[in-house]
Amino acid sequence: MSLSSPGVQSAAGPGARRSSSGLLQAWLPKLILAPSIAISLFFVYGFMLWTFVLSLTNSRMLPSYDFVGFAQYARLMANDRWWVASTNLVVFGGLFVAICLALGLLLAILLDQRIRQEGVLRTVYLYPMALSFIVTGVVWKWLLNPGLGIQAMVRSWGFENFRFDWLVNPDMAVYTLVIAAVWQASGFVMALFLAGLRGIDDSILKAAQLDGASLPRIYWRVVIPCLRPVVFSAVMILSHIAIKSFDLVVALTGGGPGYASDLPATFMYAHAFTRAQIGLGSASAMLMLGGVLAILIPYLYSELRSRRHG
Amino acid sequence: MPAFKTTRFDKTRLAIATGLVAAISMTSAQAGEVEVLHWWTSGGEARAANVLKELMEAEGHEWQDFAVAGGGGETAMTVLKSRAMSGNPPSAAQIKGPEIQEWGELGLLGDLDAVAEAEGWNDLLPETVAEIMRHNGQYVAVPVNVHRVNWLWANPEVLDAAGVAMPTTLDELFEVAGAIREAGYIPLAHGGQAWQDATVFESVLLATGGSEFYRQALVDLDPEALGSDSMVKALETFKRLRELMDDDMPGRDWNIATSMVIQGDAAMQLMGDWAKGEFTAAGLTAGDDYLCATAPGTAGAFTFNIDSLAMFRVTGEAEREAQQTLARLVLEPTFQQAFNQAKGSIPARPDLDMNDFDSCARQSLDDFQRTAKSGGLVPSMAHGMAVRADVQGAIFDVVTNYFNSRDMVAEEAARRMVTAAQAAL
Repeated sequence: MSLSSPGVQSAAGPGARRSSSGLLQAWLPKLILAPSIAISLFFVYGFMLWTFVLSLTNSRMLPSYDFVGFAQYARLMANDRWWVASTNLVVFGGLFVAICLALGLLLAILLDQRIRQEGVLRTVYLYPMALSFIVTGVVWKWLLNPGLGIQAMVRSWGFENFRFDWLVNPDMAVYTLVIAAVWQASGFVMALFLAGLRGIDDSILKAAQLDGASLPRIYWRVVIPCLRPVVFSAVMILSHIAIKSFDLVVALTGGGPGYASDLPATFMYAHAFTRAQIGLGSASAMLMLGGVLAILIPYLYSELRSRRHG
Repeated sequence: MPAFKTTRFDKTRLAIATGLVAAISMTSAQAGEVEVLHWWTSGGEARAANVLKELMEAEGHEWQDFAVAGGGGETAMTVLKSRAMSGNPPSAAQIKGPEIQEWGELGLLGDLDAVAEAEGWNDLLPETVAEIMRHNGQYVAVPVNVHRVNWLWANPEVLDAAGVAMPTTLDELFEVAGAIREAGYIPLAHGGQAWQDATVFESVLLATGGSEFYRQALVDLDPEALGSDSMVKALETFKRLRELMDDDMPGRDWNIATSMVIQGDAAMQLMGDWAKGEFTAAGLTAGDDYLCATAPGTAGAFTFNIDSLAMFRVTGEAEREAQQTLARLVLEPTFQQAFNQAKGSIPARPDLDMNDFDSCARQSLDDFQRTAKSGGLVPSMAHGMAVRADVQGAIFDVVTNYFNSRDMVAEEAARRMVTAAQAAL
């Protein structure tokens, strides 16, 4: 901003000379932004388009341009593993976003009660975010391994029948992803909510208190509605973490047992890069993109519209 | 002015390098450079690859190492694809099995027929192996080593403690497993990863169906064989093996499973002969501290997994010369001996002195030659020697899903195998 404002002023100000340097200054911001816009247009939207084109071809090991229409999509729809991966994404994404929001909000509200050592606690909760998903995945892989981790520990305390074998149980493996991802991201959501809570005007709360509202009621009716923009950003961030989740699956379950905990991202990688099925992989990538848009566009639309109106 | 200094230094270096190159090319007219893409990056493997480098340099050629780390070579393949797409492939790359044909179809591979004829590869290599190295009847790749996949490894102390001997048939395997379980050990160490499930599955299929059926089902992908009763039987037996394994196996790496055998927690493991590297690294000797035997019921067969170097088409005469030399050196005894001792595999040529190899490797080579004549020599599906990556992946999906599922029956898995093979064709 500080860079562009003198230029704007001199060009638009009264009596400004239309000199070449003034013109340059007016165009400078656009010139400076142009390369990055061009690069993102090319590398993001251009490659999206290319992926779409590839999804219509019979590309196998290397891209080819023999168009086969929507045959790859039909193959994808007939692929059992793809459906497992998509269902897993719905389960994982839904639970991950919901639990992170609930837990993050709860932690933030508790931390907001003017407690001692708040800074230390905040850091403790925020710390997992500093780790990469690979580290999280490996640590939780050990913790959840029935022979090494929690199950073995509780059994060694004498509870011989204790069972916690989700990691090796095909029906439950996807929930271990939720556990690890929630552990990693809820502290971050907490920080977002805490910042939101600190931004709420005290006088609103005081007014509510004067009106005789109970504390839970104040939170439910006043504070949480005030946090709506924070929920918006948190959902945006969490849902893209959920959809692009790849490293966590690779490190924690390896997609297994079998392919019970596969997600679309790991499916896409496996097919496009290791199984020489670039066409099929591109089709799955396009469907992932479609899924993201299907969730985000209505949400963005309603949020931005209601904000404009409110 | 450090920047100025660097440029000048670089220029000097460049000048020296140019001079050297000129000098070398004057002394031997055909000296060229080979760039070799491979993933022999672990300790022993890297040493083995270095032998080849030294041999090349002794012949006056230049070796440009292009090692891309990462287990099964997935990363290396991704790098290779991007290099090939940009029109700048290396002169040689570690490509194996039917993938050689895929690269050949793209018209990117060079021709090694001259070397093959001069060195008599047709007599040296079993036809099953030579077939894989050729595209449209021309040699385009050279085999580096032969791994055997259908091995059973065992800890003799655990077997003694349970009072049993090495099983030779599947029935015996289930029998001794009961005794091992009672003695308090895990009968079979296994890692629940798709490729390991498939490795065990193909050995079981080989045992229950025989090598002819194996070839029909997993090489020719004959839908009748894939959906047959023999397939159902193989799948059922395969699933029964689950009872011999422990509950913590999902996601376990193969070498962790091997170390369970080494440490005496588990009695046996079904794994290819690269497992030997783990035993050797633990300071154990074949025959005394650990036992090797063909996978139960597969004594008459040999599932092979052959690493090979495929040669890309190059333009320069010197480069071509270097490439041909590389192909010749790879099959020469010096390299074969050094490389395979480091890697745990056996040489791709049968006429070597095997005295320096351990007993497992000697048995492996005998079986290799015997089965090459009897027809029991089959490519390993689990290790990408039998079918293309997409079909292999589809079969992996069915096998691992069936193995881990609680309620899928063998008939359903066989039916899915038929659809998987058809969909991928």
